[in-house]
Amino acid sequence: MTTEIQRIVFSESMKLADLIDVNYKLLNVLSRMGISLGFGEHTISEVCSRQGINLNSFLLICNIYTYEGYLPSADLMTGADSVTIVDYLHNSHSFYLGKEFPALERNLKDMVEPCCDTQKKIVARFFSDYRAQVENHFAYEEDVVFPYVRALKEGRMQEGYSIEQFEENHSNIDETLGDLKNIVMKYLPESCDTVLRNEVLYRIYRLEEDLAKHTIIEDSVLIPMVNKME
Amino acid sequence: MKTGHKKVLLIIPSKILARGMEAVLSELGEFRVEGILSDLSHASEARLRNVDADVIVIDPIVFDYVSRMSARSRISEYSDAAVVAVKTVPMEDEQMKQYDGIINMYDDPVSVVKKLRESVIAHEEAPDTDDYDLSAREKEILVCVAKGMLNKEIADFYNISIHTVITHRKNITRKTGIKTVAGLTVYALLNNLIDSSSLEL
Repeated sequence: MTTEIQRIVFSESMKLADLIDVNYKLLNVLSRMGISLGFGEHTISEVCSRQGINLNSFLLICNIYTYEGYLPSADLMTGADSVTIVDYLHNSHSFYLGKEFPALERNLKDMVEPCCDTQKKIVARFFSDYRAQVENHFAYEEDVVFPYVRALKEGRMQEGYSIEQFEENHSNIDETLGDLKNIVMKYLPESCDTVLRNEVLYRIYRLEEDLAKHTIIEDSVLIPMVNKME
Repeated sequence: MKTGHKKVLLIIPSKILARGMEAVLSELGEFRVEGILSDLSHASEARLRNVDADVIVIDPIVFDYVSRMSARSRISEYSDAAVVAVKTVPMEDEQMKQYDGIINMYDDPVSVVKKLRESVIAHEEAPDTDDYDLSAREKEILVCVAKGMLNKEIADFYNISIHTVITHRKNITRKTGIKTVAGLTVYALLNNLIDSSSLEL
């Protein structure tokens, strides 16, 4: 069955600008891939080859980001490059920690400005605990998983570790972010400004979605790929 | 009991089965399909919460093997409806026990309706409320959770079973939407159920 899904996914001959028009959230993907704006009328394959980006990996990531329930085709998987995927995941981590979290923290701080000190403190503390939880999770991937995949790609087989041990537990992290969303939406005092509150909520929703895609890339691209290499 | 049609929500990935179920129920009256979900994704969860269904008919296949055992309680986080499983593939008896009823693929339409009716009645008799405010007992339990007490400690403190504590905790999460202990602590503080001095901040 050539499904409908396979017909509508992105192809290399598409203009990069049209890709963004289909799903503007891919702007994040472009920057994490090191593609800057100003690409004119160039197609996906032109830009990828100019930037030295593995085309199949790029298409895989864009498809996962855009189509709910997308399953990578065997062709794309075979042609994709594990190091490109790892680089992408690494750049995403840097983005969350370096850009997104500080921005969310600022937004939260502005939002709770009218609250009493205790309320300010508990919100700040909840967020910093969440951040620490995520940092911890990323650190394991950065220190253990990614170096392992890079070494494997260079043909250095390592004893004592296999990707199977990369058993993920995102659920706790997801739940904490979900709780933050509920607290901001439902339980903060009415004195908090609605516009600022909305800003925080938009940010959380986007982050939630982005992290979910991030997990799918790990689970249904990186792990199967490395399994094959092992 | 309410008069008129009872509302049914289908959570069935097979479009043919879902459409068939809808057709059978609409022919016989009494039950009417108000919505069809093909999975339990994020977006579906929000709909699940907002369709005021009397009964949910679910193909347990939407849960992966590991989470299938806790399927029923997962649904009850979002909805108070009776939950009936429709069995499309062989499944362990143990996994089917949690549902309020079981429909088989080869049941005739009349017995499908009969099963739905029975499940709704059985479910209504079970004590449960539509109330989204926390009960006094739930607030007490919430305070204990926020203070970092374990289920066992809470059970001993109030002289109730651990099972009851877990049920209260599930209801607290269903009502507030908050799942983690840290989140519940924030909830308790914001609602002045506990004093910040009883925690280190």
